[in-house]
Amino acid sequence: MSAKTTILTLPEEELVHPGHRACAGCGLSILYRFGLKALGRDTILVVPPSCLTVLQGLYPIAATQLPCLNVTFASTAAAATGIIAALKVRGKEDITVAAWAGDGGTSDIGIQALSGACERGDNFIFICYDNEAYMNTGVQRSGTTPQGVITTTTPIHGKPQQKKDMPAIMAAHTISYVATGSAAYPLDVYDKIKKAKTIEGPKYIHLHTPCPPGWGFDTRYTVKVGRLAVETGLFDLYEIEHGVFRLTGASKKLLGKERKPVAAYFETQTRFRALTRARISAIQRQVDEKWAGYEA
Amino acid sequence: MHIIESGNVAAAYGVKLARAQVIAAYPITPQTPLTEKLSEFVEAGEMQAEYIPVESEHSALAVCIAASSAGARTFTATSANGLLYMNEQVHWAAGARLPIVMCVVNRGIGAPWTIWNDHQDSISQRDAGWIQVYACDHQQIIDMVIQAFLLAETVSIPVMVCYDGYLLSHTYMPFDVPEAAAVDRFLPPFKPVYALDPRQPANLNTVTLPDIRPDIRGDLAPGYMEIRHNLHVDLRQAIEIVAEIDERFKDTFGRGGCPHVEPYCCDDADVIAVCLGSLSYQLRDVVDMLRQEGFKAGVCGIRLYRPFPDEAVRDTLAKAKGIVVFEKALSYGNEGALYGDIKSALYRCDCRPFVRNYILGLGGRDIRTADLLAAFRASCTATGYETDVPEWIGLKL
Ligand SMILES: Cc1ncc(C[n+]2csc(CCOP(=O)(O)OP(=O)(O)O)c2C)c(N)n1
Ligand code: SF4
Ligand SMILES: [Mg+2]
Repeated sequence: MSAKTTILTLPEEELVHPGHRACAGCGLSILYRFGLKALGRDTILVVPPSCLTVLQGLYPIAATQLPCLNVTFASTAAAATGIIAALKVRGKEDITVAAWAGDGGTSDIGIQALSGACERGDNFIFICYDNEAYMNTGVQRSGTTPQGVITTTTPIHGKPQQKKDMPAIMAAHTISYVATGSAAYPLDVYDKIKKAKTIEGPKYIHLHTPCPPGWGFDTRYTVKVGRLAVETGLFDLYEIEHGVFRLTGASKKLLGKERKPVAAYFETQTRFRALTRARISAIQRQVDEKWAGYEA
Repeated sequence: MHIIESGNVAAAYGVKLARAQVIAAYPITPQTPLTEKLSEFVEAGEMQAEYIPVESEHSALAVCIAASSAGARTFTATSANGLLYMNEQVHWAAGARLPIVMCVVNRGIGAPWTIWNDHQDSISQRDAGWIQVYACDHQQIIDMVIQAFLLAETVSIPVMVCYDGYLLSHTYMPFDVPEAAAVDRFLPPFKPVYALDPRQPANLNTVTLPDIRPDIRGDLAPGYMEIRHNLHVDLRQAIEIVAEIDERFKDTFGRGGCPHVEPYCCDDADVIAVCLGSLSYQLRDVVDMLRQEGFKAGVCGIRLYRPFPDEAVRDTLAKAKGIVVFEKALSYGNEGALYGDIKSALYRCDCRPFVRNYILGLGGRDIRTADLLAAFRASCTATGYETDVPEWIGLKL
């Protein structure tokens, strides 16, 4: 594998302008900046309605330097297919097509189109930034909201159901590359997107992007919160390349070591305030079992 | 070259001759043979196009929207619930000003399930900002598909070519397939106004504010309302462009002359039937019978439904004493949609004919010529609005 990118070798050119419209401390805005550097200028973006639509600016001012097609909520992956097809018939196949969608646009309303495009084997990178709720419409629960989280549609007891395991669903499509990343480790995300660019067919990258207003923490703690999710073993960094799973980066370093208790992560955010001690213990057991599987 | 084939195959030949570059479709009866034929053309290498077998109609139009935004000539086709499933995308394609061509093979809408013909599907999309044309026979299907691409690309507005499920889609008729070279001269390759391009980045269809807003240079950019107003104005101007394209088509291929409405025996008619699609040709027989009985009857098929050619409608209908609108669709709780359009077009006339409305043929209910004759004859002897609106033909309560 090529050498890991460092802050010194990261390309200096900025493709996201300062003054974009995301909130202060937005995890997505960190990874969008690094992600577009990795994708490079020869890229066409596809974006469904989400916080990213707002980040990119209001007509006629745009915050990004790359061409972008804003599409309807459910149609992101199919739109990527359409762009690829047009580039092919026009003989312009050296352009990367990358979709960026929220967790709702990916795992809920957009899953049909995404599944279809992956089954067809279309050559694109699909990046899901997971802020674990419908943030753009005011923090409603989504399929990837973790169990117990207070949202505006689970306002009292917290979400009863488990978080949908979207990367596993994508891996089940037997696509060549599935990876996860976190806003707390942007260089790792940079390298994974770079790698995805070199692989033919559908690529899926799932990014954990802390969201201060939606999760209930102070804007300066985005990286800390993101790190804790990894260090507690709740959100794991990995790659599934041609079907082979391996932990990467900070998660790989946790193998065989003692992890921080999940409660340490929950304490940092008000959205977990409805979690009972019993529920926290149950979640801790689940995480321990998952890691026992990794370590076996 | 004359061949005998189905209406769906006529449409497929039109798409092939138009050299559509990206085709995406999802199967639904009675559209299926059309897309099957296109996938065959592509797989056999007879067409240089990408055929995308999408997993839904929403995605079919998504592929066309994105491929068109990236500069390709695109085509899709659907019917009934498929059209409704892509509804959000239908509006999106028009708002984004993309010259997509779509065949709507007309079929009734569930519930309850029906696979047979009526016009409720395309009529339900009349306010989406697309151009809508209706074909009456196989020749018109292939000719209109070819013209639709030129029209769409001239005005940057998507075009729906509608034709009757089964009655046209699955019946076999002789029609002329134009020479490819002549079609190439008539329809040059697609030159998009803008195509997604990393060297000229643009953020398309982004959030647009209620008011106009300066860009970074200080130039004012339109707000949502200006953009939508322009769509309307350009649609109205398309009425003239439809006529120009029809004239050019006639010069090249010798067919045409009725771009907006297709009148039959209307010049001296006292009572004129109005309708969409193949029904207007069935009504010609009824007109002939009524003329033999001594009634001055005529029929006017509406070829261009959106934008509505109200001037051509007035020119054809205003001199008559009565108008009878036969419709295979209904604005539930009110009246037929076309009936409302005809009435408002005639409202400006000093001496307005009476207008009656018949609903018929819903969900494929047989439209018997004897029933048409009876209803039309009754209207010929009527003097005004003496009945409930709408009246129903062939209803068995
Ligand atoms: C068909 C449709 N349904 C609902 C909406 C409203 N809507 C816009 S963005 C959004 C939530 C997006 O959530 P997610 O994909 O997680 O992105 P986030 O806003 O969290 O970044 C919703 C529900 C819409 N635009 N279109
Ligand atoms: S709501 Fe959350 S995800 Fe959306 S812009 Fe703000 S911080 Fe970012
Ligand atoms: Mg979200």
